Amino acid sequence: MFSVKIYDISNSDIAWCPGCGNFGILNELKTAFSELELSPNQVVIVSGIGQAAKMPQYVNVNMFNGLHGRTLPVATAIKLVNPSLIVIAESGDGCTYGEGGNHFIHTIRKNPNIVNIVHDNMIYGLTKGQASPTTPKGVKTTLQFDGVFVDPFNPIAVAVALNASFVARTFMGYTDLTIELIKKAIKHRGYSLIDILQPCVTFNKYNTYQWYKENTYILPEDYDPTDRKTAFEIAMDTEKLALGLIYLNESKEVYEDFQPRIELF
Amino acid sequence: MKDKKIFSIVLSGAAGQGIQTVENLFTQIAKESGYNVYATKEYMSRVRGGNNSTEILISSKPVRSFRKKIDLLVVLNNNAIERLRDRISDNTIIIGEKNFVSKEKNSIPISLLEISNSLGSSIYANAVAVGILSGIINAEKTVIDEVIYEYFKEKGEEVIDNNLKAIIKGYEIGKQLNINFQIEKNGYVKKHMLLNGSQAVAKGAISGGCNFISSYPMSPATAVFTELAKASKKYNIIVDQAEDEIAAANMAIGAWYAGARAIVSTSGGGFALMEEAISLSGMIETPIVVHLGQRPGPATGLPTRTEQGDLDLVLYAGHGTFPRIIFAPASLEEAYYLSAKAFNFADKFQVPVFVLTDQYLLDSFYNVEYLPQIQVERYIIKTTKDYKRYEITESGISPRGIPGYGEGVVRVDSDEHDEFGHITENPKVRVDMVNKRMRKLNEILKEVIQPVLFGDENYEYLFISWGSTSQILKEAIEELDIEKVAMIHFPQVYPLPKETENYLSKAKKVVFVEQNVNGQFANLIRREFGIDTSNRILKYDGFPFSVENLKEKIKEAL
Ligand SMILES: Cc1ncc(C[n+]2csc(CCOP(=O)(O)OP(=O)(O)O)c2C)c(N)n1
Ligand SMILES: [Mg+2]
Repeated sequence: MFSVKIYDISNSDIAWCPGCGNFGILNELKTAFSELELSPNQVVIVSGIGQAAKMPQYVNVNMFNGLHGRTLPVATAIKLVNPSLIVIAESGDGCTYGEGGNHFIHTIRKNPNIVNIVHDNMIYGLTKGQASPTTPKGVKTTLQFDGVFVDPFNPIAVAVALNASFVARTFMGYTDLTIELIKKAIKHRGYSLIDILQPCVTFNKYNTYQWYKENTYILPEDYDPTDRKTAFEIAMDTEKLALGLIYLNESKEVYEDFQPRIELF
Repeated sequence: MKDKKIFSIVLSGAAGQGIQTVENLFTQIAKESGYNVYATKEYMSRVRGGNNSTEILISSKPVRSFRKKIDLLVVLNNNAIERLRDRISDNTIIIGEKNFVSKEKNSIPISLLEISNSLGSSIYANAVAVGILSGIINAEKTVIDEVIYEYFKEKGEEVIDNNLKAIIKGYEIGKQLNINFQIEKNGYVKKHMLLNGSQAVAKGAISGGCNFISSYPMSPATAVFTELAKASKKYNIIVDQAEDEIAAANMAIGAWYAGARAIVSTSGGGFALMEEAISLSGMIETPIVVHLGQRPGPATGLPTRTEQGDLDLVLYAGHGTFPRIIFAPASLEEAYYLSAKAFNFADKFQVPVFVLTDQYLLDSFYNVEYLPQIQVERYIIKTTKDYKRYEITESGISPRGIPGYGEGVVRVDSDEHDEFGHITENPKVRVDMVNKRMRKLNEILKEVIQPVLFGDENYEYLFISWGSTSQILKEAIEELDIEKVAMIHFPQVYPLPKETENYLSKAKKVVFVEQNVNGQFANLIRREFGIDTSNRILKYDGFPFSVENLKEKIKEAL
């Protein structure tokens, strides 16, 4: 196991609020890297814009901090060009499911071997508290003063419906589960979605640490993620959110396998 | 020499009638028979019906521009003649079904359909047409055999035989028409290759080391995408049909970041969606090559027509300020060269590089003598542990590493950043970084592709153009051959060399010739050099200038 310290960035002034869920995810990510013994120069984190998207600023690996919503096309291209890199597309719920919604759909279809980590705090944090696609109906925000009146986006159901190859959800407060899922996703060949539930202590007063604990459950050990029908049923349940590897489809072909290899150096 | 011998054939019919096949086969046969060939087409934005036309010029000396005149018009449907009325003269011979042509003065009724039916099926009408044209130009029969065999070889012997029979039938008819055709053959033309603008751009890209294309189909830029897809296996080119142009552009930048040489091919509307990515390329200094095939806007505009209306778009594309390079080829040879060069410049200067073409150039064909191999220049370095992606340098260019090559990590950031790529709001670092990025403009100017002067070097009248219009202007000036008249073509329209000013100040009168409504290049020259650029010949009806038309305009301007 590598020391997590090799992924530290010296004297970085972290831009997250005290108590932010992002700190937990930062630790979980570095721990997963160290347990998998990944060299910093073999990993690329592609992020968009938002508080979540600042993640690679604080991790000493290759970084592509691009545009709001555009993580997945960039990550796909990097993987196509250099399949030996471990490519992680990491951003917020707004960035991935809102601005980048079209890429979310089509990247799942293409199935490149990348990991997509979504920090799902059910709010737009960086822009100070507007609704995101996953904000629950009725929640009042700094823009939706009477509460959100459209149904939230269900990324897990959409991913299962698109027959994504790896679909997981976790809560960042459950450290072991989150580390385990990140490691599994990195080792999995194909597109892996990890929707990480996360509180926003400043702008989301509804989906708190407590709320996540009360409204989620961890899938049992003997749960079979390869059964798509069951996975879809679980994904459709928005009353109590299932955590763990919800759907796994190992027979899906990987995008870069259809493309020529190009000479880089 | 000024009066080149040109025989102009126009084929006109509905979409779906197979004009394209006639054009492909006949131009090949003409070239292989030793004629200089030029062809360009105009078509409606539909899959069936309407009226489209193709002009094929057969000449003894190379001709590379659209002409208005028609010597021989072959009509395949009934509204063809009316659409071309202003191009038909007393000398134009018109061939077609009796009921299409009977009212015309110089017409020869021929029923392609009847002839085809007499051979057993209506499907040979196009082959009969190819035959008639081949007969008129006295094509070599062995050449016809070879071309037809090549074209239909995958379809089997029967198809080849039947088509050949139809062509020979047409050939005999064509010979007996006794049409006055007096163009000399030149054996050397046979060795040339016949290609169109899209192929020239694609071949150039390949020659420049392109190994990645992500795009979203849009006329007239799709053919470049298709050509690179065809070449994917042979040249190891990664091809992605992206879900939209935003994805396409971000992928191309991601690909460059990882070490590839990537291009997107699009038109104005698609490019508008890419603008934020262009700005990203400027900020993170990760290059992108954009081929933009222009068509008339705004919005969907005239999807299959031509214009040079997107210079302003690429000049100002993307928010914020950062250097860029814009090429605009006049000819197929230049389209090839600049498309290759775009990759070397992109790699070297780490900026967005544009190749601006248009429908007219992309759809124009002719025989090209030779395309030089371009040396692929790569500027990627192996990183060390303490690698700084945005190291401040005198030239503004920071050595570019790629992830996984060397011990360092490569960190690019769309936020303002320090030398390591780390996000910052420090005002001093901000200013240093802006200045570093802008310094690259001076480096680009050191290698600028110089404008080309043509005509009388002691000119008083100077005509200025860029892109495909330059080639038409050149032929007009060449044929007018008037003293004190010259033109300059700008293959690189941005940034502009200092020398531009000298060229312009020598002239008594400067006239800009462009295919857009506002004189976008003239405006750019005024912006850059503060020179009066108010004399402008502009066209924006969706069709290219013709040589004849420009000759008139030039005479009026003197
Ligand atoms: C094209 C574009 N539109 C809007 C923005 C402004 N913007 C930045 S982050 C953001 C939303 C962030 O929400 P999310 O992705 O959920 O991240 P969080 O801050 O909650 O972690 C928005 C709207 C932008 N940077 N770019
Ligand atoms: Mg969010």
